Amino acid sequence: MEETMVTSAKVSKPRRTKRVQISSLLASAPMAIVAIGVFVVCVGYSVVLSFTKSRLFPNFNWVGLDQYERLWGTSRWIVSVENLFLYGVLFIALCLVSGFFMAVFLDQKVRFESGFRTLFLYPYAMSLVVTGLVWQWMMEPSLGLQNVVQRMGWESFEFAPLVDPQYAIYGVLIAAVWQSSGLVMALMLAGLRGIDGEIWKAARVDGIPTWRTYLFIVLPMMRPVMITSVVLLAVGVVRVYDLIVAQTGGGPGMSTEMPAKFVIDHITARGNVGLGMAAATMMLLPVLLVIGPWIYREYVRPTKH
Amino acid sequence: MEQIQLTGPHGPKPKKTTVSRLGVYAFLFSAAVFFCIPLYVMLITSLKGMPEIRLGELFSLPGDPSFAAWVKAWGEACSGVECNGIQTGFWNSVKITIPSVAISIILGSINGYALSFWRFKGSNLLFGLLLFGAFVPFQVVIFPLIIFLREVGLYGSLTGIILIHTIFGMPIMTLLFRNYFSSLPDELFKAARVDGANFWQIFFQIMMPLSIPVTVVAVILQTTGIWNDYLLGLIFAGRENLPMTVQLNNIVATTFGVREYNVNMAATILTALVPLAIYLLSGKYFVRGIAAGAVKG
Repeated sequence: MEETMVTSAKVSKPRRTKRVQISSLLASAPMAIVAIGVFVVCVGYSVVLSFTKSRLFPNFNWVGLDQYERLWGTSRWIVSVENLFLYGVLFIALCLVSGFFMAVFLDQKVRFESGFRTLFLYPYAMSLVVTGLVWQWMMEPSLGLQNVVQRMGWESFEFAPLVDPQYAIYGVLIAAVWQSSGLVMALMLAGLRGIDGEIWKAARVDGIPTWRTYLFIVLPMMRPVMITSVVLLAVGVVRVYDLIVAQTGGGPGMSTEMPAKFVIDHITARGNVGLGMAAATMMLLPVLLVIGPWIYREYVRPTKH
Repeated sequence: MEQIQLTGPHGPKPKKTTVSRLGVYAFLFSAAVFFCIPLYVMLITSLKGMPEIRLGELFSLPGDPSFAAWVKAWGEACSGVECNGIQTGFWNSVKITIPSVAISIILGSINGYALSFWRFKGSNLLFGLLLFGAFVPFQVVIFPLIIFLREVGLYGSLTGIILIHTIFGMPIMTLLFRNYFSSLPDELFKAARVDGANFWQIFFQIMMPLSIPVTVVAVILQTTGIWNDYLLGLIFAGRENLPMTVQLNNIVATTFGVREYNVNMAATILTALVPLAIYLLSGKYFVRGIAAGAVKG
C-alpha cells in the first residue's frame, strides 16, 4: 500500500490525499466504534431499558415512567441521593479549602517542599479500596483511634463514626478527603507557580498584606484551576462506589448508600434491571446537562482550524 | 523534582525566623502527620501479632516485629472458601494491567494523532462523544456491556476485562495524546507530507519518537488507574481473574471467627505497593498525568 502511494504521489496529487485519508479513517475506526458503540448506543440502550419491566434479563415490555415512579418512592434511593449531595458538597468544599491552604503554605519558599508534596499526594496513588480498609481499621470502635485517646485519659472521647448511622457518612468523608485533597494541592500549586511575579511586586509596592493578595487577587486569577479541580472531584463523587463497599458496605443500615451502589446492586444481586437503569439515567442527567454544553463549546464546535 | 531554585540571590533577603514562619511550618508538619498516620498504622499493624493488636495500642511500635502476617496475607489468607492468599489476585492484576495499558496507549496515541493532523468530517464530533465518555458514570454503560460481552462469549474472561479497560481508558488516553500532538509545530507534519510520507510513516517515524515523554505519563496514569480499579474487575473479570483489589476486599470481608487485622493490613499494603512504588519513582510525571485529564488543547 505504501509503495503505490509513494509512486502515485507524483502522478496525481488529489488521489494521494484521498488514499491517505482512507488510512486515517481506518485508524480512527476503534475510536469511532467506542465513541458511538459504547458512549451512544450503550447509553441509549440503558435509557431505553429504564422504560421497561426488565428484571434479571432485558425485555421490552414498555411501562412508561413506572420505574421512575417506583424509584422515587424507594427509600433506599432517596437516602442514596441525599447522601450523595451531603457527601459531594462537603467533599468538594473540604478538598478545595485544604488543597488551597496546602498549596499556599507550600508556596512560601519552605524547605523540604518536595518532601511535603510527596506526602500530601501519595494517598491519591492508592486505590479507594485500600483507603476504605485503612480508615475502617482506624475507626474501629474498640481497638482504633477512639480507644487510644480514651486510654490517654480523655474517657468521654468518641470517634467511631462507622458504627453510628448518623455519622457514618462523615467517616467516609474523612477517608475520601484524605485520599483526594492532595490532588487539589498539586493542581493549585501548579496554578500558583503560573502566576505572574509582577502581580506580587505590585501588591507589595501597594502595601497589600500577603493574605489579602492571596484571597482577593490570586484566588480569582486561579478560576480555571478551581474549575478543573471541581470537575475532577465531581466526577469522583458521582462514581463513588469502591470506597463505600470497602469501608462501610453501605451501612450501618442504609446510612452510607450511594446512587452508584444502588445501580450496581440492582443490576447484579437484586436482578431488577429496569429500576437500576432508571437510577442510572437519573445519574446521567446532571452529567449530561453540565458536561454536554461544555464539551460542545470547547471541542466540537471549533472546526475552523 | 521541578527545577525551582528558591533560595537564589534573586529572592528577598533571608528573613529572621518570625512567628508567621513558624506557623507555616507548624501547618505543614501537622498536615504531613495527618497524611502519614494511615500509612504508619497500616505498616505497624501488619508487623504485629494478634495478641499485641488486642492490647489496643494502635500507634505503638511493634514489640517484636515480624513479617508472619505478610507471609500469610500473600500465600494463605482466605477469601471465601479458597485460602491461597492475595498472590492469585496479584498475578491476575498483572495479567490484566499489562495488556490493558499497552493496548489503550497504542489506540489512544493513534486516535490523538489522527485527531490532531488528519481531521476528517465528523472527527470533532467523535472526539466530543469520546470525551463525554470520560465523564459518564460507569453505571450507565455497564449493563449493556455485560449483555454485549455475554453475546460474544467474553463475559467473565481475561480478554473481556482487557477490552473493558481499553474502552474506558480510551477517552483520557486520546485526550492526552491529542493535546500533546496539537502542541507540536505544524511545520513538522507539513514537511513530512511534502516529502511524501503517508499516515503510518509519519506516525511511526516522526510522531512516536517524539511522544516518549507523554507516553511515560500515559503508562503511569493507566497502570495506577487499572491496578486500582475495583468495580470493573469485580463485574467483568470473572471468578478466575479477579484483580488484587477485589480479592483484598474479599479477604478482609471474610471472617471465620477472629478478624486478623495484621493479615488484613499486610494484604492492604501489598495491594497498595505497586501504585505506591510507581508514584514514588515517577515524581513529576505523576503530577503531569493528573493535570492531563484537565488541560484542554
